[in-house]
Amino acid sequence: MTTITLSHPIKIQQQTIITQEPAWVRWMLIGLALTFLALFLFVPLISVFYEALKKGVDVYFAAITEPDALAAIQLTLTAAAIAVPLNLVFGVAAAWAIAKFEFHGKNILITLIDLPFSVSPVVAGLIYVLVFGLQGWLGPWLIEHDLKIIFAVPGIVLATIFVTVPFIARELIPLMQAQGTEEEEAAVVLGASGWQTLWRITLPNIKWGLLYGIILCNARAMGEFGAVSVVSGHIRGNTNTLPLHVEILYNEYSYAASFAVASLLALLALITLAIKTFVESKVTPQKGKLSHEH
Amino acid sequence: MSIEIRHLHKQFGSFAALRDINLKIHAGELLALLGPSGSGKTTLLRVIAGLETADTGQVLFNDEDATRQHVRDRQVGFVFQHYALFRNMTIFENVAFGLRVRPRHSRLKNQEIHERVTHLLKLVQLDWLADRYPHQLSGGQRQRIALARALAVEPKVLLLDEPFGALDAKVRKELRSWLRRLHDEMPITSVFVTHDQEEALEVSDRVVVMNEGRIEQAGTPDEVYEQPVNPFVYEFLGHVNLFHGRIHQGRAWIGDIEIDAPEHAEAEDLAAIAYVRPHDIEVDRFLNGDSALPARVSHILSVGPVVRLELTREDHQDRNLVQAEISKERFRELQLAKGDRVFIKPRRLDLFPHQSH
Repeated sequence: MTTITLSHPIKIQQQTIITQEPAWVRWMLIGLALTFLALFLFVPLISVFYEALKKGVDVYFAAITEPDALAAIQLTLTAAAIAVPLNLVFGVAAAWAIAKFEFHGKNILITLIDLPFSVSPVVAGLIYVLVFGLQGWLGPWLIEHDLKIIFAVPGIVLATIFVTVPFIARELIPLMQAQGTEEEEAAVVLGASGWQTLWRITLPNIKWGLLYGIILCNARAMGEFGAVSVVSGHIRGNTNTLPLHVEILYNEYSYAASFAVASLLALLALITLAIKTFVESKVTPQKGKLSHEH
Repeated sequence: MSIEIRHLHKQFGSFAALRDINLKIHAGELLALLGPSGSGKTTLLRVIAGLETADTGQVLFNDEDATRQHVRDRQVGFVFQHYALFRNMTIFENVAFGLRVRPRHSRLKNQEIHERVTHLLKLVQLDWLADRYPHQLSGGQRQRIALARALAVEPKVLLLDEPFGALDAKVRKELRSWLRRLHDEMPITSVFVTHDQEEALEVSDRVVVMNEGRIEQAGTPDEVYEQPVNPFVYEFLGHVNLFHGRIHQGRAWIGDIEIDAPEHAEAEDLAAIAYVRPHDIEVDRFLNGDSALPARVSHILSVGPVVRLELTREDHQDRNLVQAEISKERFRELQLAKGDRVFIKPRRLDLFPHQSH
């Protein structure tokens, strides 16, 4: 290990000497980047909290504790609580299959996993309406059995699951591919069963990558707007998630309340970023180690 | 435990990795599978382990059919080229893994596991690394831990896939002789794959030379080195010089040299290639009686006990380079220098009819 820590600074030094630019170029580029960041990221973020607290702390807390807001928070948490674990199981299973086995139709599976990224969320929502809606394929059958999916909680959960499918699988596939199958083979030769191999070898090796995927998946599940908006029906206190609630309040000109609820989502984003940064610091040395070993 | 392989065939798409392999591995033997990359040696090893299934053919352990047996029931130890140590476990837990995953009724007590792992770590002389993680170890240390881990489950067969391939030359040499000694102390039937002919000849009891999915020759290191059965084995094992010539009714001609070749009594004016090891080439300053080939010294490498000469043939037929090895005493006696004219004569050679392809 010592040789590595020694050789790194030397390398970096050489690179900076070779790629050194005049001071004014460097400052101009840095200045440009900072201005851009300030205009498009920091100002909006600060304005969210500024607008939310403009009419005082009392109004702020009233806005986020009124029944409709609480219902929206509850629904958002429910949808995430169902979508994330399901995508966790699916993501691990899919990544395991894709990274460790050769089979026909592998490329189709990879494409399917990416589908939610390439399809507009609104279209995804519409697909669910077409399938489960009143005039949809399964509509009559659902009414007969007194099941409500569109404009109800199940629809929101389904839409959330759909848009968050790629996050965990996409994070794990390259990691598992890089790790290869030798450790699993070694475990099986030593007498381990399939479950023992999964729990003792595969999962511990991907734990940080997995956590990273879960965080991103959760952030998207709670923040999803388009797909959920189509299937929700915007019934206050019933099928409104946090992002939808923000929109309704804004359209009703209750800006302070709207920004107060929005600040919750902004806060969630900040917490996610913080956790993500921490997890990334754990993931990166793991990857570094890997490339060093081979 | 003895291993027998019968009519093994394995196809990857249009590529035949193994073609009708038949091989008997005796109990307690240390066998080397030697061949260039793509010769099927690793595939064969993985089929024996059960990590790969052959399309047709059988693998027998102690005369019992094990072809359909699952890897985890075969009781083999496998050492991977890139070690495949479990990166999330300490060295101790790596070695203990095979003991810990046993079904509860046959699992050893914690105390016994501890004793056995400590014993194995001492055997590979790395007990002081028990609490480290794999990435903190050097390549040679990792490979020894991989071996200890494989031995922990008391395998009936030990299979090693290019065990020293990823190590530097010095460590490789050390581990090689260490493996030899270990096998002498613990005679487990062992098969190891290598593309390094020196390694195969030095370590193993028997060498199996493979090429293009087939076994070219199986025999003791002496046999395959001294009596190669075909040109491939000749060229693959050690340096060799090629001389083009002709054979006709039990006589052979190479340049001006005429020799008896009774094994080719049937030959009717055929092109042939003679294979001669560098140390079987006699070098002299003068033509004394017999016929010899004139050559000029083009390079001298005199490091070590043996002096290596690079000679250019001067007769018209083919101007290829000839490598000769002579002892230091002989070198001093001849007082050779670069550019000198010499006469060379093969002391011992093997003739193969030339296959035109």
